[in-house]
Amino acid sequence: MEKMQPVIQIEHLSKHFSIDNGFFSKGKKTVKAVNDFTLNLEKGKILGLVGESGSGKTTLARVILNLTSATEGMVLVNGIDMSKCSAAQKKELRKNIAVVFQDPLSNLNPRETVMSSIIRPMVLHGMKRSLAREKAYEVLESVKMDTHYLNSYPHQLSGGQLQRIAIARALAMSPEIMILDEPTSALDISVQAQILNLLLDLQEKHQLTYMIITHDLNVIRYISDQVAVMYLGQLVEYGETKMMCSNPSHPYSKALMAASPILDPTMRGREKDIMKGDPGSLINFPSGCSFHPRCRYAEEICMQKKPEMERIDENHWARCHLCAQKTVSTTH
Amino acid sequence: MNDELLRLENVFINYRVRGGYLNAVKDVSFSVNRGEIFAVVGESGCGKSTVAHSIMRLLDKNAVVLGNIKYNGKNLMELSNKQITGIRGHDIGMIFQNPLDSLNPVYTTGAQVNEAIRLDGINKLDGWKKVIELYRSVKMPDAEKRVHAYPHEMSGGMRQRVMISMMLSRNPSLLIADEPTTALDVTIEAQILEIISQLKVEFGTAVMLITHNFGLVAEVADRVAIMYAGELVEQGDVFEIFREPKHPYTRLLMKALPRGTKHEGRLQTIDGTVPRLMAIQPSCRFANRCPLAREICHNQDPAVRALSATHTYRCHFAEEEEV
Repeated sequence: MEKMQPVIQIEHLSKHFSIDNGFFSKGKKTVKAVNDFTLNLEKGKILGLVGESGSGKTTLARVILNLTSATEGMVLVNGIDMSKCSAAQKKELRKNIAVVFQDPLSNLNPRETVMSSIIRPMVLHGMKRSLAREKAYEVLESVKMDTHYLNSYPHQLSGGQLQRIAIARALAMSPEIMILDEPTSALDISVQAQILNLLLDLQEKHQLTYMIITHDLNVIRYISDQVAVMYLGQLVEYGETKMMCSNPSHPYSKALMAASPILDPTMRGREKDIMKGDPGSLINFPSGCSFHPRCRYAEEICMQKKPEMERIDENHWARCHLCAQKTVSTTH
Repeated sequence: MNDELLRLENVFINYRVRGGYLNAVKDVSFSVNRGEIFAVVGESGCGKSTVAHSIMRLLDKNAVVLGNIKYNGKNLMELSNKQITGIRGHDIGMIFQNPLDSLNPVYTTGAQVNEAIRLDGINKLDGWKKVIELYRSVKMPDAEKRVHAYPHEMSGGMRQRVMISMMLSRNPSLLIADEPTTALDVTIEAQILEIISQLKVEFGTAVMLITHNFGLVAEVADRVAIMYAGELVEQGDVFEIFREPKHPYTRLLMKALPRGTKHEGRLQTIDGTVPRLMAIQPSCRFANRCPLAREICHNQDPAVRALSATHTYRCHFAEEEEV
């Protein structure tokens, strides 16, 4: 069987920001937020992207959305590089990717009703107002909300309702791909359950492709098909969710999974390998593997040579000298 | 042996607001014993922080607290302002979600911790030595250098360590930690949790942990209280409650937690919303969302029932049916 073309292809993507140290300082520093990132998203799959804060997850999402341009490499959406398109083409392609952010209150206009917030993108894309209104009713129903909320203002709604509206608005343009940046972090458990169920229902119904960014590993394990782990702007491990959550290979993924609280007190006695230190700086990278200062398995080679992504198994890749040699013990 | 440190008896907290009173906390009773970690868990707006603040008498002026809050046998509510200031820090320490709110940006963190140490009459130089010692005990990297760092030069995890060492410097017997790790990454959260669990072992400090995260409860707490809309619906031993939650709210919540994968089915949801807390009538506050609710639930306060000596809940029907 011929393999389908991935919906999103990220090829050797890097995004660097230069920071000015002020008038009197010499030389500029560069923040390397994303470094040489390569990954494909397959159609109809849910990819979970995890990593500590400052690991470049959100920057990566912004580059994919073409909200900021890549320094090196490229992002192909359905085979097309958005950054090289004309403005008109870009507008057309943008319909394909929708985004939902963590804090729904900050991305809805407080002075507009829910209705005008939802129809705004459709009108901007040239849809007639009357049609857009009909569509607004439709999408609000698809997120299981009563349509009388269309006349409400954001401040009258709860966090869960606002997040549903953000999802409804994202759905309005019938996108193929949704990027969800911490969609449930600001919500309570019972509301989180509602939103996760809703996201899964929509995904199955419309065959959507999701990229979900979150730091909650319980959510990732529940919802995603594949997991990508980022550390200091680099992809360090990628694989199927089941394997990634039970037996990851990269020492960083191991430590991340071990640090995540388990919802069962009887698991309390398990041996935890708590990672020392804070994530390093994105300005001065350590030599060799950027994880070596925190890695308990680090050897001579890790300090000297940068590891490349290497295939460990079918659909399982890791960036680690030692995983490739299979010397990192598989128990934790 | 009496190892009870803090006891709340039938505490009601009402806020005077326009148009009457808002009943934020309704008839809450619990106790915290020496050297244990007691978690109070619930969704936003359930009154868990209000309870924590009432213990330290830190509530706004429009709050009316009824009932008894006893610390070591002393009723905290009857103390003068001067006396309660003596209790704060010295007997009961508190750390908050955002350490940046509690630190002064224009002084080094070491100086701020030293200030707390010198309250106990230690001179400045010995104070500095103590600060370094404390920084080491909370596993601050490069302790000798970090005492000279300003809050903005530190990461979130380090700032929370500063707060913990400041709290430790007064050696309180009870620490109230209000969402201490919510703003932190899981890796840093695990480090801070380890320090908090260590306090119990090394100093015998009792910890009252306020959180919305059941994961933390499962990892570190000895006993747990679950709050819903100002009521304490269930409390008891952590192992018992995770094994056999009794109150319908707790049972539904446990099933709403994402433990497995999507292939095992959708998550449990709880229909409806939290009721308005303005009117205080006798009723179970969960009644409008509860699958077991009958008429009595809407017009009578449920009594506290005991499943075992270490597990109580507040429901008319919980023992009867499956949710």
